[in-house]
Amino acid sequence: MPQRIVGQVKRVNGPVITIKGVTDAMMMELVHVGEQMLVGELVKLDGEQAIVQVYEEATGIAPGDNVYGTGMPLSVELAPGLIGTIYDGIQRPLERLRDLGGDLIKRGVGSPSVDRRKMWEYEPVVRVGDQVGPGFTLGTVKETERVEHRVLVPPVLSGTGPYTVIRTVSPGSYAVDAIICSLKDQEGHEIALSMLQKWPIRVPRPVSERKALRVPLITGQRVIDMLFPLAKGGTVAIPGGFGTGKTMTQHAIARWCDADIIVYIGCGERGNEMTDVLREFPHLIDPRTGRSLMERTILIANTSNMPVSAREASIYTGITLAEYYRDQGYHVAIMADSTSRWAEALRELSGRMEEMPAEEGFPAYLPTRIAEFYERAGYMATLGNSEGSVSIIGAVSPPGGDFSEPVTQHTKRFVRCFWGLDRSLASARHYPAISWLESYSEYIDEVAPWWETQSDGSWLESRREIMELLQREVRLQQIVKLVGPDALPDSQNFILEVCALFKTAFLQQNAFDDIDRYSTVGKQMGMLRLILSYWHLGAAAIAKGVTMVKLKRMKVVQEIARMRFTVSNEQAEDLDRIQIRLERAMSQLGGIYEER
Amino acid sequence: MRNGEVLVGLDRALLSGREYVGASRIDGPLVYMRNTHPIGYGELVECLDSNGHRRTGQVLDTSDDVVVVQLFEGTSGLTLPGTRVRFMGEPLTLPVSEQMLGRVLNGLGYPRDGGSLPKGEDELDVNGLPINPTAREYPRDFIQTGISVIDGLTTLIQGQKLPIFSGNGLPHNQLAAQIARQAKVLAADQEFAIVFAAMGVKYDVARFFIDSFEHSGVLENVALFLSLADDPSIERTITPRTALTLAEHLAFTKGKHVLVIMTDMTNYCESLREISTLRGEIPSRKGYPGYLYSNLAELYERSGKITGRDGSITQLPILTMPNDDIGHPIPDLTGYITEGQIVFDREMHGRGIYPPVNGLPSLSRLMKDGIGEGMTRKDHPHLANQLFASYSHVKDVRNLASVIGEEELTALDHQYLEFGSFFEKQFVTQSFTENRSIEQTLDLGWKALAELPPEELQRVTDEELAEYYGR
Repeated sequence: MPQRIVGQVKRVNGPVITIKGVTDAMMMELVHVGEQMLVGELVKLDGEQAIVQVYEEATGIAPGDNVYGTGMPLSVELAPGLIGTIYDGIQRPLERLRDLGGDLIKRGVGSPSVDRRKMWEYEPVVRVGDQVGPGFTLGTVKETERVEHRVLVPPVLSGTGPYTVIRTVSPGSYAVDAIICSLKDQEGHEIALSMLQKWPIRVPRPVSERKALRVPLITGQRVIDMLFPLAKGGTVAIPGGFGTGKTMTQHAIARWCDADIIVYIGCGERGNEMTDVLREFPHLIDPRTGRSLMERTILIANTSNMPVSAREASIYTGITLAEYYRDQGYHVAIMADSTSRWAEALRELSGRMEEMPAEEGFPAYLPTRIAEFYERAGYMATLGNSEGSVSIIGAVSPPGGDFSEPVTQHTKRFVRCFWGLDRSLASARHYPAISWLESYSEYIDEVAPWWETQSDGSWLESRREIMELLQREVRLQQIVKLVGPDALPDSQNFILEVCALFKTAFLQQNAFDDIDRYSTVGKQMGMLRLILSYWHLGAAAIAKGVTMVKLKRMKVVQEIARMRFTVSNEQAEDLDRIQIRLERAMSQLGGIYEER
Repeated sequence: MRNGEVLVGLDRALLSGREYVGASRIDGPLVYMRNTHPIGYGELVECLDSNGHRRTGQVLDTSDDVVVVQLFEGTSGLTLPGTRVRFMGEPLTLPVSEQMLGRVLNGLGYPRDGGSLPKGEDELDVNGLPINPTAREYPRDFIQTGISVIDGLTTLIQGQKLPIFSGNGLPHNQLAAQIARQAKVLAADQEFAIVFAAMGVKYDVARFFIDSFEHSGVLENVALFLSLADDPSIERTITPRTALTLAEHLAFTKGKHVLVIMTDMTNYCESLREISTLRGEIPSRKGYPGYLYSNLAELYERSGKITGRDGSITQLPILTMPNDDIGHPIPDLTGYITEGQIVFDREMHGRGIYPPVNGLPSLSRLMKDGIGEGMTRKDHPHLANQLFASYSHVKDVRNLASVIGEEELTALDHQYLEFGSFFEKQFVTQSFTENRSIEQTLDLGWKALAELPPEELQRVTDEELAEYYGR
């Protein structure tokens, strides 16, 4: 137990506690407050006084209570056993807390983040005499059926390198805190290592270098992959008012994207949503590996009624876990739902510390904190000479759905991809309600070479063509609103028709339909090609004099409209058959007119 | 050595209950005390005025020189030297028991109906504790309210929190009363226990609910916590907490299904703002405190189901949107916490539609897992989806018609107008006493869709069309 007393409580104001009599405390030190040992973090030092934010409800803490220091910053434990676990904002395992304290989260209940009793099958990779450095793989553990956990030399070691392995254990079962390897530095000091490491959550883990982003993160969501792609290692914000489907979009990406590891942070959101993930993920099968999705997922749940300061920490806890797996050479995607709640937690704490507010009561350092967070994403060459990435998908909940508020605006400055959710689309139950007019992706040029190899070089052009049609549709809709659709010639009405088809048959995606919930790259390309060829052939037919009513009545149009439900990912070649029928129907129609 | 430091070693429990005479400052509902022993944050406070009347309060801020106490029954009549304060050394608790059903209590749980103080089986902290997300059971039992627009389009699920976003003068109380009267779980034919929390509403409103409960003979199954418009505004901040504490006891200890109606959340938030301003806190939007979201979440999240326990808490908070503005901080933050919302529309009310629920912004987030085969009927998910999509197109057609005139519309657009009017007049509209089964509701939905040609119905499957369309 930590017995170093750093000071006594002077004042309690919600989660912000002022302490006095401070002599040797450290900034960002992890402390325990009172005899209930509430977890807190020291955030400000001022002469003999200091300010601590506590991560638990402060009821009962009184002036004069002791504050104990631990001598280290707020850190997470990194070891096999993280995957498939659900943690709170400061990495307390919620299932374990439930075993210890019952259905309600009681205060002062603590448990190690990683189970010390569980034995893991450790397979050493290094041999005695090998030279290693920070980030080198010492050995591996099969953490789940699909994740091979690589036990690394910690990024920061005492002494001077290079280090020599002087002892390593034989393959076998070990607990996470057992010594599995000993190193010797240049001065001959011995360093004993276990599978368990700690890392302070507010410090990014070091890498060897940042690489350019070249590969898209395939999400299986057509509107994203085709129109507004995200690169592996990229950052994206999803802003939307309540009920526009932020959480639904995040869930869909968490389920189907092609990352190796998912870290899902429920930051100040609903308890039932986390329960939904917990209930559903173990039963969902990843189409790429055929294994349960829970075998690649770490959940961090700090629901809206849990203490506000732990909500502030939850984002950092999540990204540190993500970086740890990135360092092992994995592609990790983080869902942060929602970063607005995190920003509001900052505001609440800042207000209680009586700091001078900037916009809308948010502290002036809000943009700095947002930037720091998003900069921890990236495609990296790791210290151990492999490659890994962390992609951040951050939901933003703008008050009143107004994108001009500070959190959305500052976030927009630091992300390179923006999926704006539109309330009118959501009201019409058009999901995912990603607005094709407001959204953008700066990764298009970077991921284009990858897509071109997947699509015989047609992706960029197809994408440009359909985006142009959508833009023209907006202008035409304005005219229609004034004078009605009958005033437009068929050639322009057909643009409306194609766009309407594109929206129902392509952009909309039903997350609950077994076939439609996820589309492979091949199916996505095929679908887009089909709609574009309907546009090309139809426009040509109209130019010949075919009426639009005739085009609309073609049976094959209904087939296109339903293809997202009828053509499965495995049988994407069925799309070619629809293509043939479309061409045949079109030539029949055109034929009638040419004969006349 | 100063006073506070000497006392550090002493057991605080020994000092609790010690009486201090004389406050140093009184400001609104806040009393500032100096030179006390170390007082715990959030402690329960008893305050006696010079006439010996007892008031209850809570510690809002504590430090070694001054302690801030908020008094729930207000401070009128207190004098600086005549105020006697005792700090009880424990948080504010509520004695809870099943006996409280059928009683009328005030915001702190004291009787208002002239009866004796209900005897508690247990003393519970009114602030409750967060439910561990791993202990929650995902709610998926359909509640039939007998109201088509809710059952069909924004289905209420047992354990859900679904607020009514209304405005002044709209019939939200009628709808809440109708839901309370008609709600039943199809799977288990069990009655709901009702916990009713009134915050700053007028006496007539409370009377309306009491009469309505009495009329349907459920009054002995209802616990009413009333903190009316003429009661001290600070009492409203504790009323929903006491009400939810009882609800939790009934649901999770006694295994009952509890429906909690809280009205009006807007008044609750106003009271929070009042205290926040008095304390000189930095405001965020529209003067509301920055912690309004967390504070509301502490209330709304006290609903749901727990694995391995029988009961459930379903919340039906009512709030009046100031100036009918859904972007106002109160409805806005509420919508971010609750699992959907039922939104009233003044224009529909003006056209005589009851309940005036605007289907498009209304939403039930838990609906997806509580409807369909084995729960309501297999066509329900697609039917609801189709009704939303078609009705949203009706709005576009109406806008167009108002510009170019109805005569200029195409035949298809005319069909949409027909559909819109059938939907509003037959499907949505029903009387205050009408209780429709889910089958009736869904059949009515298909009748509305029959106004449209089948090729317009892209959200339903061919099999569903064959089975239900135009029947």
